[in-house]
Amino acid sequence: MLKRINGNKDRVRIPGVRIADASFPAPFRSGLEYSSPARGTWNIVHTGMLIPEAHEIFVCAAGCLRGVILTAAEMGLTDRFSTVAVREHNLLDGDMEDLVIEGVADIIGKLPKRPPAVLVYTSCVHHFTGVDLDMIYARLRERFPDIDFTDCYMNPIMRKSGLTPDQLMRSRLYTLLHERKQSRDAVAIIGNDLPTQQDSDIMKMFRAAGLKVHEITSCRNYDEYQEMAESSVYVSYNPDAAAGGDMLEERLGGKHHYMKFSFDSDEIDEELAKLADTLVSVTCGAEDGEDAAKAADREAAVRRAVTDISEQGRSDIRKELDETLALIGDTPVTIDYTFCPRPLGLARLLLENGFNVTRVYLDGIPGADRADYEILREKYPDLMLHPTVHAAMRFAATENAEAAAETGAGSGDSCRVLAIGQKAAYFENTDNFVNVVEGGGMLGYEAVTHTMKLMRDAYINKKNMRELVQIKGLGCGICAR
Amino acid sequence: MKQTARIISTYSADVMGVCSALFELGGMTVMHDASGCNSTYTTHDEPRWYDMDSMVYISGISEMEAIMGDDEKLIEDICEAAEEMHPKFIAIAGTPVPAMTGFDFEAVAEVIEKRTGIPTFGFPTTGMNTYVHGASMALEGIVTKLIDDPSDEWINEKLEEVDKSDEEVPYKVNILGLTPLDYSVNGQVESIEKWLTDRGFVVGSRFAMGSSLEEIGRASEAEVNLVVSGTGLGAANAMYRKFAIPSVIGLPIGLKQSDLLEDALLQTAREYRRFRTSGTASERAGLTRLKIHPNDLDPVVKDNIVVLIGEGVMNFSLANSIRFETGHKTKVLCATECPEGILREWDKMTPDEDDIIPELAEASYIIADPLYRPICPDSAKFIPLPSEAFSGRMYRDDIPDLVKDPGLILNQF
Repeated sequence: MLKRINGNKDRVRIPGVRIADASFPAPFRSGLEYSSPARGTWNIVHTGMLIPEAHEIFVCAAGCLRGVILTAAEMGLTDRFSTVAVREHNLLDGDMEDLVIEGVADIIGKLPKRPPAVLVYTSCVHHFTGVDLDMIYARLRERFPDIDFTDCYMNPIMRKSGLTPDQLMRSRLYTLLHERKQSRDAVAIIGNDLPTQQDSDIMKMFRAAGLKVHEITSCRNYDEYQEMAESSVYVSYNPDAAAGGDMLEERLGGKHHYMKFSFDSDEIDEELAKLADTLVSVTCGAEDGEDAAKAADREAAVRRAVTDISEQGRSDIRKELDETLALIGDTPVTIDYTFCPRPLGLARLLLENGFNVTRVYLDGIPGADRADYEILREKYPDLMLHPTVHAAMRFAATENAEAAAETGAGSGDSCRVLAIGQKAAYFENTDNFVNVVEGGGMLGYEAVTHTMKLMRDAYINKKNMRELVQIKGLGCGICAR
Repeated sequence: MKQTARIISTYSADVMGVCSALFELGGMTVMHDASGCNSTYTTHDEPRWYDMDSMVYISGISEMEAIMGDDEKLIEDICEAAEEMHPKFIAIAGTPVPAMTGFDFEAVAEVIEKRTGIPTFGFPTTGMNTYVHGASMALEGIVTKLIDDPSDEWINEKLEEVDKSDEEVPYKVNILGLTPLDYSVNGQVESIEKWLTDRGFVVGSRFAMGSSLEEIGRASEAEVNLVVSGTGLGAANAMYRKFAIPSVIGLPIGLKQSDLLEDALLQTAREYRRFRTSGTASERAGLTRLKIHPNDLDPVVKDNIVVLIGEGVMNFSLANSIRFETGHKTKVLCATECPEGILREWDKMTPDEDDIIPELAEASYIIADPLYRPICPDSAKFIPLPSEAFSGRMYRDDIPDLVKDPGLILNQF
């Protein structure tokens, strides 16, 4: 429990609003922002490192460099990471372009091995001083023709203007792909930090169609990364990856298909059917007799997969929901937005199936969750929404722990509250939690069945929440403290 | 090339230094930043984040607010949070964007102080200097704004005690320059306190780990300050300006250096007590202000060179101790801000990777944070000395308590 050192001896009121009273999409006023110790979500360093063998160079002020350097260090990847520090005199000297060009060149010259690609991250200072980024990259490409450069950004001041830094970073991942002949037998899943689970609905469909699947998370070297460019369809299902998919479609000419992440069976079926249509239209075209037979077979397989996955999925989730409810009963369940892109969709699924969901932690309601929001306000108006960055949330963990201590709830080995997501676990001060971020590579019916399994495990087995939530980049496989 | 780093880390920045220095004092510190500073600080620079409910926030400034100069949004947000959470003081610290837009920290702090009635600081950090600069500025601000002269009652009581006692009444010592960035949370602060107590001193205020704001507020009762890192130098200067209380710079590592440090503290404190007891205003100018200790040493007896990289004061003290105890020649490569006159003439200010590398060529031993190891030559023995200010939480469990157990380093030669 937090030691109280703040000036307020009385309890601070923890901000929250009934969903019936919450406005869309911003239920809370923006103000000073708090940062909880839950660190499992990925940042732009983790994501950039997904490009095998690429070297990251950040050009910013020391204060901004600190977090990204130590991310790389905790990943054990400082040999793929370098920095150029912007100092106060650079703001006045007007030499920002030179600093970037010469700084990047200096670092490349010192590397023991020439990297195939360099990701240059510029920052807010470059944006505000009107730096000519086009000129910078043109000079770098001229000087190092054997290296692929791409423009990346650490300019959080732009997070409310246009694409967010996260959306931009996910789009940058594919800017280095060289155009090559596309194959109707190959598709790519794009924009994910975590690999799509092999038993997810789309992987089942791709397997049924006999398609080769590229995903950046499985590329072992730069050549394998480049092979992604042969894909004729780019599938994204993380909302923050959609913009990058559109850019890729425009640049390389394949078809971008955005698939909604959902916990609703009807919506899952709709999304599967739409994906099937895209696959049929792009990968089942026929130009000669031999291809025609293959295309017909593939189309049949794809259509059959939609039906099979749906029937099996509906049966599986019924069984999993029942089994999970039987175990955890009316134990309070809380969810946070870092678990998946549709926190309200998950809340709705659970509430409609008898679970006692009491709180959802989010700072804004995702657009994809609009329909769930409307349904929840109507059917479950008392569901509480709580922010995660509001200043008073500094005291939520203590308040919840003290309240639990007063009632004696959750004493011993019993589960007082089951949290789904790291932030929910931290705020609820519970060791019974599902430790997953960004959807964990789950999708479709499999996301429901897998979540149910994880909930049962979390209910039975306590975790060391304090240790686990503070590890950066959950699932990157190499981050350690 | 200066300003580039192929592989090494960077020190915690000035804005984080402000937060670290003020963390335990019950105030509310706001980094005027878009995003990122808060997670960096709370993840890598602040080992107390999970255990103490200190109020440290970012303003979340947006592009439009920066372009339009919308300071009112920040002022309203701070006043609203302060009204709800009643901090003992408010501090605003800057980052690169406010540095570029010419944000007036002093004026905004004044407005907030008037509206809330809560003492408010504006620290014009830029995110482009190291934590030493920011923490020093913050602790200096605390002395300047929040510490008053001792009460007449206390002074009279103290004078009477000194007057009546047959023995020398123990001297009260403040410790300046304590943040986890230099001293982590592994007992080093307690070891410094214990050393002072064992040597017969009374520990006063600890700036700023282990003391409440109320305890810090009584810092003017002390007769001398012990400055244990560069982060305490601003407060030391302010203590002299405001109260004429002198400071001694140094860290008690190893027996001989500790003895000399004790002597320096005693000598300086005695001088101040005489002044406080019977001095005249005209004598004030002749008082010791900052005593750097020790700055003259026994001759070097060995040829091997020990190079130390890191914060100036701590490494200067460790270097001197190594010289005393082992006879090795030492050189400090100071990678943070350090005022002139503290380092020896052969030490170097080396903020950049390219400044450091040539200095390591002649080293037989290198003492530095493990994240420096990739640039160290194989010809030198590398002795890891992790620092939260450089590698954050990565090697926290390996940070030694050199005051308690100097042999961890001294026995490696």
